[in-house]
Amino acid sequence: MKSTLKRAGYSKVQRQMNDVFIQFTSKVIFLIILLFSVNLFLAGHYTPGGGFVGGLLAASAIILLLMAYDYETVKKMIPVNFHLMISLGLALAIVVPTLLFFFGVPFFTHQHTYVTMPVFGEVALHTAVIFDVGVFLTVAGTSLLIVTLVGGTEK
Amino acid sequence: MTLIHLAIFLPVIAAVAIAIIYRYVKDVHLGWFVLPIPTVIVAYLFSLIPSIANNQVFHHTLNLMPRIGLNFDVYIDGLGLLFAILISGIGALVVLYSISYLSKEEELGNFYVYLLIFMTAMLGVVLSDNILMLYFFWELTSISSFLLIAFWFTKEKSIYGAQKSMLITFFGGFMMLGGFIILYIITDTFSIREIIANVDLIMASPLTPIAVVLVLLGAFTKSAQFPFYIWLPDAMEAPTPVSAYLHSATMVKAGLYLVARFTPVFAFSELWVWLILVVGLVTLLWASFNAVKQDDLKGILAFSTVSQLGMIMSLLGVGALAVATGADEQIFTVAVVAAVFHIINHATFKGALFMVAGILDHETGTRSMRKLGGLMTLMPITFTMTLITALSMAGIPPFNGFLSKELFLEAMFEISNANFSALADWSVLFPILAIAGSIFTFIYSIKLIHGIFFGERTHETPKEPHEAPKLLLASPIILSALVVIFGLFPNILSGTIIDPAAMSILGTETALNTEISHWHGWNNPALWATVAIVVIGTALYIFRNSWMFIYEYHKEQFTLNHLYDQGLIYSQLGSAKAEENVMTGFLRDYMVYIFGFFVIFGIVTTFYTGLPITFGDFADVGIQDMALVLIILVSLAIIMMTRSRMVSIIMLGAIGFSVALFFAFFRAPDLALTQLAIETVTTTLFLVCFYHLPKKSKHEESIKFKFTNFIVSVGVGAIVILFGLAAYSNRLFDSISQYHIDHVYDLAAGGNMVNVILVDFRGYDTLFETLVFGIAGIGIYALMKAKVSRKDDENEEHA
Amino acid sequence: MELVTIILSGILIASATYLILSKSVLRIIIGVSILSHGVHLMILTMGQLKRGNVPVLDDTVSSYSDPLPQALILTAIVISFALTAYSLVLLLRNYKELGTDNTEDMKGVPHDD
Repeated sequence: MKSTLKRAGYSKVQRQMNDVFIQFTSKVIFLIILLFSVNLFLAGHYTPGGGFVGGLLAASAIILLLMAYDYETVKKMIPVNFHLMISLGLALAIVVPTLLFFFGVPFFTHQHTYVTMPVFGEVALHTAVIFDVGVFLTVAGTSLLIVTLVGGTEK
Repeated sequence: MTLIHLAIFLPVIAAVAIAIIYRYVKDVHLGWFVLPIPTVIVAYLFSLIPSIANNQVFHHTLNLMPRIGLNFDVYIDGLGLLFAILISGIGALVVLYSISYLSKEEELGNFYVYLLIFMTAMLGVVLSDNILMLYFFWELTSISSFLLIAFWFTKEKSIYGAQKSMLITFFGGFMMLGGFIILYIITDTFSIREIIANVDLIMASPLTPIAVVLVLLGAFTKSAQFPFYIWLPDAMEAPTPVSAYLHSATMVKAGLYLVARFTPVFAFSELWVWLILVVGLVTLLWASFNAVKQDDLKGILAFSTVSQLGMIMSLLGVGALAVATGADEQIFTVAVVAAVFHIINHATFKGALFMVAGILDHETGTRSMRKLGGLMTLMPITFTMTLITALSMAGIPPFNGFLSKELFLEAMFEISNANFSALADWSVLFPILAIAGSIFTFIYSIKLIHGIFFGERTHETPKEPHEAPKLLLASPIILSALVVIFGLFPNILSGTIIDPAAMSILGTETALNTEISHWHGWNNPALWATVAIVVIGTALYIFRNSWMFIYEYHKEQFTLNHLYDQGLIYSQLGSAKAEENVMTGFLRDYMVYIFGFFVIFGIVTTFYTGLPITFGDFADVGIQDMALVLIILVSLAIIMMTRSRMVSIIMLGAIGFSVALFFAFFRAPDLALTQLAIETVTTTLFLVCFYHLPKKSKHEESIKFKFTNFIVSVGVGAIVILFGLAAYSNRLFDSISQYHIDHVYDLAAGGNMVNVILVDFRGYDTLFETLVFGIAGIGIYALMKAKVSRKDDENEEHA
Repeated sequence: MELVTIILSGILIASATYLILSKSVLRIIIGVSILSHGVHLMILTMGQLKRGNVPVLDDTVSSYSDPLPQALILTAIVISFALTAYSLVLLLRNYKELGTDNTEDMKGVPHDD
């Protein structure tokens, strides 16, 4: 925040303002938001949620960190290459439907089975989840790419 | 695909081979390869003469688009055969001539390809029965003529001439298409045969005068009649073989063909007869008058061509009387015979004269009459040919030109016996115009012979004049021989070619049995007219210096050429100005056009169909909903009025979050979640951009500007509300979402219907949406990293 | 309720049009955002508001609200975000190169001298 204000030309930043509060709380809240986004994503099939919201919330989590720290620090904290994220997400989104060909059904017909696992009981496995992972990654990656790029910090 | 179709398309197909040959074979003149093509075609056509002379006709169809009646119908009767023989025969002679005229340095490949395309197109015009195909080939001749005139495209005069010919003939062709479409509307067919059969429909229709004018516009522009003749003198920039072929023997006769072909259709119309007669005679007189003063050799020949075409045109006008009053009356059929005969004769002597002009240009290096003189002993063969053809043009026995000129004068005198419209009352005028035009024709013909070959040598010619090589002389010698042969033995042609052609024009089956002879008797007014022409013409030529001063009396502003040039300049200026006012370059103006038209169409629709709106089926309104509506309205108002960008952005965020709350109220949790998250990221994005964005978010706008915007916006909003209400009130189908609701568990093993629809049922949409998202990311990356040069911007600053 | 929403959506679209016709590019972008909000509301209204329950499968519920318009709007929201982001960056780059936000100064084409 302080660095943003400095660049905007506010040279005389008030001495009282410091980033301690936001830096500490953001580290905690970031984790909560990230967990919530994953939960939202996984629960998408039976309750409100899904790939888009999950991706956006994940992006918001990292944006919160960006607000508190500057780009270099966040990059050290979370060494994720956004381009890779986007590419991976798009690849998943396309590859999954194509692979479904091998089940002998038309393009993009999802398959699902039920598997019994020791602790969780009966669990449904659905190819739509993998597709949704692709969507999640793409959305998160692009939002982060945009924000960091415009912030002028990504080289 | 019969032999005829093949004959028509042979030149253009061969053109491909010619172009390829030209790439590899450069030492043999390309013309030798081209020569067989028209020769073969003309030989084939000669073989058809006997059957056509026996009153047979050939009619073949090639279906192209039968549903709309566009078929390639070929119809060969006497008229078509005559023209086809002219086209291919003179084509062969011209190709032979061009072999020695054009040196191998020229772009021969281009030249012959254009020539062959022209040949196909012209054959298509005269042999086609379908008027749409006729139009297609007509325009194709205009295009190939344009290409040929601009053959030496580095010269500005060539480009000017080509553009002029293109504009005028395309204009005429387009008008002609309009006339054809009117004919189609009246008779419901595109075939000329059937149109002729439906003449009574055409007679009764009120649209016919328009069709007459339009079709005649096509004919007059192509055949360079007054006032459209101005393109022909400028077309003389083309190489001489082109001038000999297109602009004297074939293309300019296409208009005459059109008039002849449509005579059975329109002959009953007074407008048709008067227009053709008057325009033809005026052209004859005006052009021959102007020909006398020309200095350029080809200029004389160009004006002479215009004048002779006028003569044939007026003959066709008289010939129409034969159709109107019945072909048994021989008095008017003589005009049609004269027209056909003169088409042949003109092709022979004018073609030869143009070739002679080319020879003179080639051998002396100049075309200017002032520099040429006294060449009789140096170029004897050329002199003989010029003598023969020019005398034929002047109408002196025993050449073929004399025969057709006699028939022409006879026809003009016969008009006094016409029982059609008011012709008989004005009939004294026509022979006078005809005789006056013929006098000037005589004068310039004599000028050609005397000015070039008699008198003193001027020694101003760039090259030493000498006789032309034998190959160059071959074609004009053949044509001059034909002039003599047809003059001495005209009846070779009369039974075989002229009669069938005349019969097609008149639309009759009864044989004409014409006999053409030199002597028509002492009390024939035509005879005395010819004598008068020769006497007066000679006198005027001998004393030419005393009256030629009248040529100085023309003001520059009133010439047709000037009119044309000014017209072009002003139309360009006018359209540039109009474009400037409409296409301002300002994006907002274009948006106003778009939205404005949307509003207008909306209003028109509302009035025409009447939107049925029922106010029944609405849900209840709660306090929370109205509160949200209020918040949204207030935020909107603030955004419109504020100058600060920070406030706009925050209010935008407020609207977004209110919409998210709306989604929550309307039982759409997925939407609410997504909207909240998106709004957060968007606001973050706006704020991150804040540093870079400009300080002020609103610029000075005039009252008129704001008012226009206001009107358009209110209109758009109103239309949207109306259409929304109408759409809501009229549910035409049941919603398809029932299927999705029913099968969400058994087919897709899911509970959240919206998500299942997104990911499973309509997964394709999501796939592409993700792709769009990715593309936006890549695009933004590219935008931020792109290096834009600053050079263009500096120019923009100073502009 | 649908009447209110349709009229509200119409007002939103009208203001959006007014903003799109303005001279400043930033206001154009804000106008496009507001346009998309109006359109989303309109699409939702066409699916009849407040009938039935949330479209999540539940045995105790008999009628659900229409899930199809919701799916469409979700896609639309995401895509309009991409569009807004892209146009913002375009504005940014434009401003850096030309130094102006006023479309009146951006008229015409550069001279190809």
